Amino acid sequence: MSTSNPATVNRWETVIGLETHVQLSTAAKIFSGASTAFGAAPNTQASAVDIALPGVLPVLNRGAVERAIRFGLAVGGNINRRSVFARKNYFYPDLPKGYQISQYEFPVVTGGEVGVASPTRGDLRVHLPRAHLEEVAGMSLHEDFHGMTGIDLNRAGTPLLEIVTEPDLRSSDEAVAYARTLHGLVRWIGICDGNMQEGSFRCDANVSVRRTGSDVLGTRCEIKNLNSFRFMQEAIDFEVRRQIELIEDGGTVVQETRLYDPDRHETRSMRSKEDAQDYRYFPDPDLPPLVIGEDWIERVRSELPELPEAMRARFVRDHALPAADAATLTASRELAAYFESAASAAGGEAKIAANWTLGEVSAALNRNDIDIARSPVSAPQLAGLLKRIADGTISGKIAKEVFDAMWAGEADGDAAADTIIDRRGLRQISDQGAIERIVADAIAANPAIVAEYKAGKEKAFNSLIGRVMAASKGRANPAQVNAILKQLLG
Amino acid sequence: MALTVADVHRIAQLARIEIDAAAAAQVHGKLLAIFAMINELQAVDTRGIVPMAHAQDVMLPLRDDAVTEIDQHALYQSVAPAVEDGLYLVPRVVE
Repeated sequence: MSTSNPATVNRWETVIGLETHVQLSTAAKIFSGASTAFGAAPNTQASAVDIALPGVLPVLNRGAVERAIRFGLAVGGNINRRSVFARKNYFYPDLPKGYQISQYEFPVVTGGEVGVASPTRGDLRVHLPRAHLEEVAGMSLHEDFHGMTGIDLNRAGTPLLEIVTEPDLRSSDEAVAYARTLHGLVRWIGICDGNMQEGSFRCDANVSVRRTGSDVLGTRCEIKNLNSFRFMQEAIDFEVRRQIELIEDGGTVVQETRLYDPDRHETRSMRSKEDAQDYRYFPDPDLPPLVIGEDWIERVRSELPELPEAMRARFVRDHALPAADAATLTASRELAAYFESAASAAGGEAKIAANWTLGEVSAALNRNDIDIARSPVSAPQLAGLLKRIADGTISGKIAKEVFDAMWAGEADGDAAADTIIDRRGLRQISDQGAIERIVADAIAANPAIVAEYKAGKEKAFNSLIGRVMAASKGRANPAQVNAILKQLLG
Repeated sequence: MALTVADVHRIAQLARIEIDAAAAAQVHGKLLAIFAMINELQAVDTRGIVPMAHAQDVMLPLRDDAVTEIDQHALYQSVAPAVEDGLYLVPRVVE
């Protein structure tokens, strides 16, 4: 980070708007019946429509429209009852029609907002002027085919929702926070698989800087095709420094499209012709206006799941969870469902269920690189364990041992924790007389430590506790041990 | 803003149409006549009228989200000038 001198940066304000390309999780393409499955052999999923043979006509996929409606409702936007597909004209070999079918003046969704936890400004409302449907182009492979370029049109015609923000974001941190929230939301409502490696979720960032206090927007540059949150952060940070240095050295920012090079950690200008931005949009005569009826919108509304933002608020309100925990638990629907199921099966032990879901369970999932949906320890099994902590059958420490055993598959069924506790003899010793005997034995066996304690060395007390716990194989109730030891040492 | 011959050349370039000076002058005249007609049309008061996106008053038909196509790339590629490993080959383009 060569020149990120805070004094310099503080004189400048960063302004960012994002355009996110969200590939919709339909089985078939937006205008043809070809499959959208990723990874097929080249051109085996490119139909006559996708390769633009003469005489073909596009027919819109209802599933793509339905996903757009779902998104519009989820962000509180307006579902336009009538929207229009337009041709965006440009020439490139992976776009065989010579135009991309998109939406221009009349997009399917206008308005709406996404609530984002800004690292510096708290709860931030990011406004979305529009979201429109369009098709994806094919792919050009520039490896050497005897000096030629290879074209794969499998991806051509994959449905995409382009979601545009106002320039509401003020730092790369906020841009990433928004992108993560949106990424969570589109998966939550089931319109996109969110797979960034496969290009299902890509962002373009419009970045400009202005003197702090100014309300005039600076000239912006657009950084294309950011397909990871880390690259987004790096690319924006680089671009902000580049623009500030340029202006402070007396230069001016030129509006242009730039590409981020993750290997060199820099953005660079794309060599695009000056005419490239003149797309000469016009309504596509092959496609009459898309009309969406009230009944369709109402049905989609009725099928929407509880949204992450509402669920976060409910977790804080009903379960008294810290906001940060509620936010982490609602990162995905599967994780939230796991927590809710565990908390309710454990008889409302929400706080401890949250701690275990975010602690032991998440750590074990990360260690083994598996998804919560395939967790070897089910939510009811976790609940079975939490109940035994709550009723004093086992201590928190022993519970971790039981959890590991459940994870390893040592017992089946919802009562797996009980089975393991019994089989391994882990039940906590809470019998007063039994603990007194163990404590008395420990005192008798360790006269030197007892003497130290009596001479005023407080640490010796903890050492004796350790001996007692070891003698009970960790099963003695710690609170009782503490009280009895104090009493016996008088 | 009047359309110039330079605009005609630019539009032709965007559309990848090769055009010489004589043809450009001819097209320029025709386009100016079209713009004159559009100017006449613009005298009509269209306030409150939804812009027309299609000549026919029809709604877009929709298809169900189902895969109905089979792999026919061998057939499609039989007329392609150059193919390798299932890819269409085109003159090298580098962005």
